[in-house]
Amino acid sequence: MSRAPLSVSAIQDLLDHCLEVEFSFIKTETPARHLARLPRADQDFILAWVKRLASTHIQLAYQFIERTISVLSALDKGIIEAWAVHAMDIYDRFGLRPALIVIQEVDDFMRQARERKQGTVLAQHARVLLHFLHGLSGRELKLEEGAQAYTDTESVFLPAVISTLETPAENFRIYKVMAAYFWAQNWFGTFRAPLMEFVTQQARPEEFQARFHRLETLRLEACLRRHLPGLYRDMQGVAQALGTAPLPLAWQEAASAVAQPGVDVYAVLRICAAQADRLPPCPPAFYQGAFSLEQVARVQAARLAQEKARFRHALYKLQSELARETAPPLVADAPEFRKQIPEPGAGEQLETMEITVDDKPVPVPENVKKLMTSIIQDLGDLPDEYLVPAGPGEYDPALLGEDAIDPDEVWRGTYHEEGAFLYDEWDYQRQHYHKNWCAVREKTLEPTYDGFVTTTLHKYHGVIKHLRRTFEALRDEDRLLKRQFYGDDVDIDALVEALADTHDGGEMSERLFTRMHRTERNIAVCLMVDMSGSTKGWINLAEREALILLAETLETLGDQYAIYGFSGMARKRCEIYKIKGFDEPYNELVRGRISAVEPKDYTRMGFAIRHLTQVLRAVEARTRILITLSDGKPDDYDSYRGRYGIEDTRRALIEARYAGIHPYCVTIDQEGRDYLPYMYGPAAFNVIDDVAKLPLKISDIYRRLTL
Amino acid sequence: MPGHTLKTEEYFITKEPYFQPVGEEVQVFEAAYRQQLPVLLKGPTGCGKTRFMEYMAWRLKRPLITVSCHDDLTASDLVGRFLIKGGETLWVDGPLTRAVRNGAICYLDEIVEARKDTTVVIHPLADDRRVLPMDKLGELVEAPPEFCLALSYNPGYQSVLKDLKQSTRQRFIALEFAYPVPELEVTIVVQETGVAPEQAAHLVKFANMTRNLKGNGLDEGASTRLLVHAAKLIRGGISPVTACHTAITQALTDDAEMLTAVNELSSSLF
Ligand SMILES: Nc1ncnc2c1ncn2[C@@H]1O[C@H](COP(=O)(O)OP(=O)(O)OP(=O)(O)O)[C@@H](O)[C@H]1O
Ligand SMILES: [Mg+2]
Repeated sequence: MSRAPLSVSAIQDLLDHCLEVEFSFIKTETPARHLARLPRADQDFILAWVKRLASTHIQLAYQFIERTISVLSALDKGIIEAWAVHAMDIYDRFGLRPALIVIQEVDDFMRQARERKQGTVLAQHARVLLHFLHGLSGRELKLEEGAQAYTDTESVFLPAVISTLETPAENFRIYKVMAAYFWAQNWFGTFRAPLMEFVTQQARPEEFQARFHRLETLRLEACLRRHLPGLYRDMQGVAQALGTAPLPLAWQEAASAVAQPGVDVYAVLRICAAQADRLPPCPPAFYQGAFSLEQVARVQAARLAQEKARFRHALYKLQSELARETAPPLVADAPEFRKQIPEPGAGEQLETMEITVDDKPVPVPENVKKLMTSIIQDLGDLPDEYLVPAGPGEYDPALLGEDAIDPDEVWRGTYHEEGAFLYDEWDYQRQHYHKNWCAVREKTLEPTYDGFVTTTLHKYHGVIKHLRRTFEALRDEDRLLKRQFYGDDVDIDALVEALADTHDGGEMSERLFTRMHRTERNIAVCLMVDMSGSTKGWINLAEREALILLAETLETLGDQYAIYGFSGMARKRCEIYKIKGFDEPYNELVRGRISAVEPKDYTRMGFAIRHLTQVLRAVEARTRILITLSDGKPDDYDSYRGRYGIEDTRRALIEARYAGIHPYCVTIDQEGRDYLPYMYGPAAFNVIDDVAKLPLKISDIYRRLTL
Repeated sequence: MPGHTLKTEEYFITKEPYFQPVGEEVQVFEAAYRQQLPVLLKGPTGCGKTRFMEYMAWRLKRPLITVSCHDDLTASDLVGRFLIKGGETLWVDGPLTRAVRNGAICYLDEIVEARKDTTVVIHPLADDRRVLPMDKLGELVEAPPEFCLALSYNPGYQSVLKDLKQSTRQRFIALEFAYPVPELEVTIVVQETGVAPEQAAHLVKFANMTRNLKGNGLDEGASTRLLVHAAKLIRGGISPVTACHTAITQALTDDAEMLTAVNELSSSLF
């Protein structure tokens, strides 16, 4: 049975509360009246979103209601939801103003959303396209959304949606062709010529640039045809589906001239200048996008300086390594680096070069090889001045780009969250993953040196002694197994007995060997500690005490372990706090970090499970366990509340299990029995009824878990 | 034809195995052999280490005894153990001991997989003592000049925990194996399978695309071995795109998006 719709005043009360009208003086009466006409389900839906938006910014929420009312007739929940999420996302990234624009331009959004439905969305294929780009070789290009399609020589920008053709598969083909084309611009040296200068020197720069762009595209098309025939077929296929007209007659001669192998960008520029009158404007190829010559010049100049410094610094390091390896007499004069092209290539194929000393190739590390490729991509060569190792004084950390990235810095960047790990999140309603949804940063907790550790060790003095004794028995040990069917040594006692038996006419036993049996525990356990705001007070204290006691236990056992805390505020601020890494010893510093565990924000759990799954996968162990210490349900201030959070957490746990990890949960939430079986499975959790008992119980739970 | 059983230490490779040298590995190995130095072959999977050993065994006219190491391999598995027959104890040599006694080449494949306490038994053999102590017999076996010890080791995918100990690695001459330059790899694929050189060139190009993805979503790029597999399928009448998909792509990853991307790469090439 459907519930009765809310009345105007009920809605107004809710809105007043959400929008803090007392302080914001927002008028809620009109929207409330509009909303009151809707069925209850729709009302709930919209009010829920108002609430979420209000937690981001009151103004967003208010504008949202206003606009929603205007599009009520076309109410498509999926689209409204996407719109609201998008607005919050823009708020996170760019602030209030741009976010308000998103809300205000709802019609635009609706149109785009419909386009997205038929078209192909970049975000959904970004990873595939990125792998594709990286596979093609050369400088590792990034992929970004752009209003126009182009490359700045470091990123490839592609439109957010392509809906030119009818099916998603066909539209994907357009993406693929575009990606390959912009890769080709980088790989086949379009930007090796100073295009900016060239173009500005022309009498009619714009006309020249358009002509050059088209002609260069024809050259690259020919390169692609030679190197990636399959892709070329895709290109033709799409062109045909689009009904592209054949190249104008006037262009055909020039086209076949630039299609010859060995033609480079300079040749194209020459033809372009020489034939100005004979080449009338020509429609662009569907994939050629735009040129952003100014941006290219800027990015390229910065990179050239940086890579030169890095390369010469790498040679300097190589030099000192060589000096260490060779016998002393050779050290006298520094090695002279030269370059060598192993096999002369076919011209347009990028040369691979070797670095030699005394005509012998020296092995260069992988990252230096990449650097070399990138330099050759820019210059078509490795100029001699690059081969002079940097002197000891020439060390400019800014150019070398070696200064560590501060995780907090990331917020100053925009879309590409450098230094953050990106994880997908499961949306049960849509039944698919939001790609790269959570930006996760790993921070190391600053230690606190107060009296906490001493107090705890003192308080649980007796318990710890008892724990040590119990757990010592579980340690790794070698045991000699006797009377085995096979083994490394003869069991003399058994043999003597057996011989006696045969002497007496009995049958000879076959169990005559001893074998060394190693009971290897070989366990790696990762503790995932809830640092959400709700752990404030007793819970936090109990958690810290539990960690100290468990660490003592684990030290006795010799199991590998790590401790991480987690907390978050919306998907862009997911934080993992390292308390003890697998490779760190349990020392003062780690104890200081345990003391510093404190309540932070919300309990978004999926990302933490996904991140620690990766951490666990990187350690060598036969059994890997992930234990969550928590005080309640997954929860975050955006949409991670309720079922969404539970479903995503469950999904993350399934992924962990799939990766061979055993998840387990220890909670003090008395309601845990209601939702934990669904997330962790019927036997993989433990509800502790008294917070104070957590420290006492945790070791015991661990023992039973790993017996 | 019924199988023919031979003791490994009596098995000499009589037909020259096909091996395409990539650098100076043959000369270095020979020199090390003459100087009685043990050799460590480093390199990713499927890049010709095993083939190289077969080739060297043939060239040096010594039997080749290969032991594939695994995490349960004990010292006794290598050196030997007592058995009991008719009430008598009977010592049986392990493969390493047989190799030492017979002056064979002993090749311990994937040595880091073996337990750490196992690795140390080769230490006295791998320094200038060149002896194999057999504690259980209270004997020492001196290695004849023909004996040679070689290990293989893939530094790429193992974790830090499985790194080779310094005290072990510093006893060896290290030969680094990498995937050959494209021209040579094409030659290898053609020689091994008889596929047309243009096809082989495409396959090698494809392999290099996957190698570009190493560390960027793939743990390892396609090895020469996988190329040989794909080429064999193509020879068997399978289309290149399908051959790449089944012999190479599927062997590299299970990740759905990566599979799609790598398939897009191969379909761009052929
Ligand atoms: N240099 C080479 N000459 C001839 N064949 C080669 C060469 N390199 C690789 N191959 C081919 O690749 C296949 C795999 O090589 P091989 O079995 O020697 O690899 P591996 O390095 O021992 O690998 P793994 O570490 O996985 O044991 C060979 O069967 C052969 O077909
Ligand atoms: Mg092998």
